Amino acid sequence: MGVAVQVDGLVRKFGDFIAVNEVSFEVREGEIFGFLGPNGSGKSTTIRCLCGLLLPSAGTVAVHGLDVRRHAEEIRAQIGYMPQFFSLYSDLSARQNIEFYAAMYGVPRAGLQQRMGEVCERLELGPIMERPAGNLSTGWRQRLALATSILHRPPLVFLDEPTSGVDPITRRMFWEVIDDLAQDGTTVFVTTHVMDEAEHCTRLAMMHYGRLIAQGSPDEMRSRHAKNMVEVRTGKLWDTLAVLQASDAVVEAVVFGDAIHAECHAALTNPAQTVREVLRSARISVESVAAIQPTMEDVFVSLARRYGHPEHVAAGGDG
Amino acid sequence: MLRFIQVIKKEFIHLRRDPMALRLVIVAPIIQLIMFGYAATHDVRNVPVAVFDGDRSAESRQLIEEIEHSYYFHLIQTADDPRDIERRLQSGEAMIGVQIPRDFQRKIMRGTPAQIGLYVDGTDSNTSGVATAYMLGILRQGAASMQIRQARTEGRLRMAPPSVSVEPRVWYNIDLSSINFMVPGVFGLILLVLTVMLGGLSIVRERETGTLEQLLVTPLKIWELLLGKLVPFALVATLDASVIFLLALGWFHVVFRGSLTLLVAMALVFLVNNLGFGLLISTLSRTQQQAQLTAFLFIMPSVLLSGFFFPIANMPVPMQYVTYLIPLRYFLEIVRGIFLKGAGIGVLWPQMLALTAFAIAHFAAGIAAFRKRL
Repeated sequence: MGVAVQVDGLVRKFGDFIAVNEVSFEVREGEIFGFLGPNGSGKSTTIRCLCGLLLPSAGTVAVHGLDVRRHAEEIRAQIGYMPQFFSLYSDLSARQNIEFYAAMYGVPRAGLQQRMGEVCERLELGPIMERPAGNLSTGWRQRLALATSILHRPPLVFLDEPTSGVDPITRRMFWEVIDDLAQDGTTVFVTTHVMDEAEHCTRLAMMHYGRLIAQGSPDEMRSRHAKNMVEVRTGKLWDTLAVLQASDAVVEAVVFGDAIHAECHAALTNPAQTVREVLRSARISVESVAAIQPTMEDVFVSLARRYGHPEHVAAGGDG
Repeated sequence: MLRFIQVIKKEFIHLRRDPMALRLVIVAPIIQLIMFGYAATHDVRNVPVAVFDGDRSAESRQLIEEIEHSYYFHLIQTADDPRDIERRLQSGEAMIGVQIPRDFQRKIMRGTPAQIGLYVDGTDSNTSGVATAYMLGILRQGAASMQIRQARTEGRLRMAPPSVSVEPRVWYNIDLSSINFMVPGVFGLILLVLTVMLGGLSIVRERETGTLEQLLVTPLKIWELLLGKLVPFALVATLDASVIFLLALGWFHVVFRGSLTLLVAMALVFLVNNLGFGLLISTLSRTQQQAQLTAFLFIMPSVLLSGFFFPIANMPVPMQYVTYLIPLRYFLEIVRGIFLKGAGIGVLWPQMLALTAFAIAHFAAGIAAFRKRL
């Protein structure tokens, strides 16, 4: 499979502030590439560099082999972009917005109605087509924005937090559409800070304070980071948390619903047994301790803890 | 279809959906034209005059009648007391007070100089200056003819006293009506306000609402975006200019002596200048409010220094140099020249050249800033 996006040593500064710092990764054609990280970690700035909306301060970005500095115009014809904030015309109706952008991308008029029908049916936009986009609720707006960004069948789509502020049903619909796009060979570059969405992705990259700190498939991320994860249930949630956090055997313990997820040191061969012993010596009666497959949230928490604040980032990313 | 035509279509949808913009574009110019056409007049008409007749003679009454019959003055009730004049001037009931002394008739009869008191409210220096000159003319002429008549009846005078006869001939604006001066000016003013304001909002509105972000990732080219953004405003301004032109001729009966083609051509050059300047403002502003304030700060001195209200020749010399930097100045000279004097390229070429140079410079600066900021 070819490379859709190649990023080498990308730096983007705003004055003295370094929003994106020496980031390198590649996105392969036809994959769903998940770009993770908390708010303000440089995800949107990176996307805007990839779309040609911002010029890189240093480093190179190539989309389908074309350098963004020199071939911005050709690149624009090949991508779809759904910005983080609603950017359609609020006084135009949903239909007028879609038709306007179809025209901007030069979608031939002949097939337009059919293509609009397909996309609108898929995103169930029927009821709001004639309403001004500004009057729509967030969920509808996001659906409309997604429809607008994929209508011209771009081979590469950038979706910047498409599911933020969206209800769970619409969220599911979005991921079905994203899966369909990938099935049809479209490369999807999607950012999110909802970790369970990351499970849908072919590959992931995680941003932290402008640095790329990890990348790989969801399974690779789990096995590399936050392995030796155990789920602990006791009668005393907060006491247990305090004991585990104080223990040398545990790297990180966090409350996860009504249980505690504890990441144990990678060197331990039987982390569940170790945790039982720690709790027994603290006289906390245990309901259950089980080794679990870490969730992406565990991975994220683990990585975020490891990299902490920007001063420590210099230790560098892996993967 | 061509992309820029789609952008034009979109801009017209915005215009149609925005009642504020509609008002700015259609209603405001007409109201401005009527307001300036009627209210902003320099003509001296019906100046209120209070007279105290201390003589109450046939001669004094004749003099008062002359004032009353004049086209320029309106006689309010004559005063019973000389102090009445001051009161009326103070309250603004009268702008000019005339006091005819008790011995007026006697002095006329004797042929000795008669004195008449003239009191002027100088608050509005322009009008009162003109009115005073008119009043002096009426009083002097009236008194002089009375004295000549008296001298004739007494046989003291056999020949008319030698005098210089001056016959004024007014060219270009025969009625000396300020509507003929103001309305072509309003034509320029409205074109300026409308296009700088609209041009000023063109880009910054999309930047502020975030829609520019989505638009700029499409293959839309810069010239297509510019054309799509500015052509609608040019069309709207052309429509407005046509309406103003027709109203000027049909309603205000302003004379139009020159070439319509030349007027249209220069209006287009002026339009390019304004849209270019508006684009520059729009590109450099962060918010719509900022853009509008900037446009306003540019328009105000433009109007004041362009000769729209006050003749440039009356300004202090350093300010007169500043007026050379104001494109509206050239456009007003061109428009008034074409309207009233029927002037052509032969006479107006320096102004045309200057306006064209400004248009090219402003538009180029607008585009340069636009390219840089995107």
